[in-house]
Amino acid sequence: MSFVLRRLGFFLLTLWVALTLNFALPRMMPGNPAQVMIAGHRGVIPPGALKALEAQFGLDNHQNIVLQYLHYLVNMASGNWGVSLTTEPGNSVAHAVLDALPWTLGLVGVTTVLAFILGTGIGIVSAWRRGGRLDSIMPPIFVILTVVPYFFLGLLLILVFGVKLHWLPYFFTYNFTLTPAFNWPFISNVLEHAILPGFTLLITTIGTWILTMRNNMITTLAEDYVRMARAKGLPGWRIMLDYGARNAILPNLTGFAMSLGFVVGGAILIEEVFNYQGLGYLLLQAVDNDDYPLEQALFLLITAAVLVAILLSDVATAILDPRTRGAR
Amino acid sequence: MATLRAPGQAGTDQTPGYAGAIGGLPAVGGGGITGARALRRMARAIRSNGKATTGAVLLLIFILIGLFPGLIAHDNPNAEIYKPALGPSAQHLLGTTGLGQDVFAQLIYGARPVLEIAIGAGLGTTIIAMLIGVAAAYLGGVWDGVLNLITDVLLVIPAFPLLIVIASYLHGADTTVMILVVTFVSWSYTARQLRSQALSMRSRDFLEAARVRGERAFYIIVVEILPTMTSLLVASFLTNALYAILFSSGLQFIGLGDPNQISWGTMLYWADQGEALETGQTLWIIMPGLCIVALGAAFALLNYAFDEIGNPALRPVRSMQKAERRQRVKPAR
Repeated sequence: MSFVLRRLGFFLLTLWVALTLNFALPRMMPGNPAQVMIAGHRGVIPPGALKALEAQFGLDNHQNIVLQYLHYLVNMASGNWGVSLTTEPGNSVAHAVLDALPWTLGLVGVTTVLAFILGTGIGIVSAWRRGGRLDSIMPPIFVILTVVPYFFLGLLLILVFGVKLHWLPYFFTYNFTLTPAFNWPFISNVLEHAILPGFTLLITTIGTWILTMRNNMITTLAEDYVRMARAKGLPGWRIMLDYGARNAILPNLTGFAMSLGFVVGGAILIEEVFNYQGLGYLLLQAVDNDDYPLEQALFLLITAAVLVAILLSDVATAILDPRTRGAR
Repeated sequence: MATLRAPGQAGTDQTPGYAGAIGGLPAVGGGGITGARALRRMARAIRSNGKATTGAVLLLIFILIGLFPGLIAHDNPNAEIYKPALGPSAQHLLGTTGLGQDVFAQLIYGARPVLEIAIGAGLGTTIIAMLIGVAAAYLGGVWDGVLNLITDVLLVIPAFPLLIVIASYLHGADTTVMILVVTFVSWSYTARQLRSQALSMRSRDFLEAARVRGERAFYIIVVEILPTMTSLLVASFLTNALYAILFSSGLQFIGLGDPNQISWGTMLYWADQGEALETGQTLWIIMPGLCIVALGAAFALLNYAFDEIGNPALRPVRSMQKAERRQRVKPAR
């Protein structure tokens, strides 16, 4: 329990660092980016919102920096993330974020879990049949795939399956002529639009799981307790799963959570390539338009999501590996 | 992950499951290998390992291209003087861009900034990680606590989104800025690894001997501890160089690099802006991507090979059997 509490404390600290980065970066950067942003939007957004922005980025100079900082922290903690400059000028950031959130959650969530399960499975079998056909074909292919930038693979898939073959749609989350409803035409349309971006994300992330699981497995299979299991005459699949995989998967679980940061980063690029209107797409829209409040809120949200995922995997590790519970 | 470890268990508790390391970085065994010997051993290993040879040759080719682009491409990569969107021909090996530049020339001149960023950020990351990781382990106490906490915090903040946010304030990151920001977001994983390695060294006899001799902390760190980490440092350089390539071309692709610089990532940005896919200018978009993949593969192959060299258990089974056979033949002769 104290382990979980300590992790929770650590995550609150990290969240605070992310908040502080958001506060400090625009004030530290050369050329006063916030001033440029506000100058560019004068007259476009309501004067009240403009005033709020000036306060948020410390341009009205009525407050000293410490007060500004405290004010900022209070605002962020109470969900008052400021106004967005782009989506609908003057609209609240929280609103824009909530609209985009489900798309990313669905796309990244499903593909990440799928990649982890498939990759770990292939890694297990590949290490168990060391030197077999799967073992000699898979790792080199996926070593190459880990090197392919997410967005480039996305572009290639668009070229082949979209532009050349016309098999699948490659723009937007669904066909906007349809009205969103809980019926088959709409759902199938959403799924169709998710195939290419999902597939891109899946094959660029699966390689790491195969490779690390295979290598962990090889180390684990050399342990004495595995030899003991063989000596007892246990069936092969039990040795593979209960003795090998269960122990080899532990470092991978930690890796799973850590990798989410990377996956989220890659997903941003994939959403951009496919014009998939999730958080990543929104983030890049914000970047294009110098919409700093929206940008900062998205960065915070992404960080928080990764932290929650890491916390969950910590708990999972503690459940699977009794050693971690006592030692910490 | 984030808790302090007792020095004794640190070395055994590395986490190979982290996505940042391709195939996990090699764990170094003994403490007595000096830097020069390790480098000689590496040179021999590169020749004897197929993956390493391929990676080294690929990297060498790109370095030559990056050093002497003018010898290979005769067109000015910036000049928008040709007919736009031409197909491949004798004058334009890979055709022209939608803006009327020579694709081949852009590709060749685009190698240098990518290499500069890869090598610069690879070195920068490794050096910062080394300073912080080793200092934390060696100094211990409050210093270790603080440095370790900073490392851990930066480790869990998602790197690419942070890069995007920083780059967006800068409006057009050139090579130097790119190296700085990429280094800033990516040193933490290596620092944590080097710290574990240094912690596991702390109670070794040869360090105790150096302390008894009365050597200064700086001498002990540089002359006694760092050489034992050579292979970890090399692996860190290779991994971080690869990630710098992927990070920076990603940033350039979304228009956060310097759009006027000729680089593979910016080529992709302009190709995407010019709807190269939809208008059939496929070479404009495929070639820079393939170059990124090839250069990345060079670093990844070298890293993978060093992993096998450092951890013999991972070497391909077939070559191990061959080696056994060779051994069996020998005594018979």
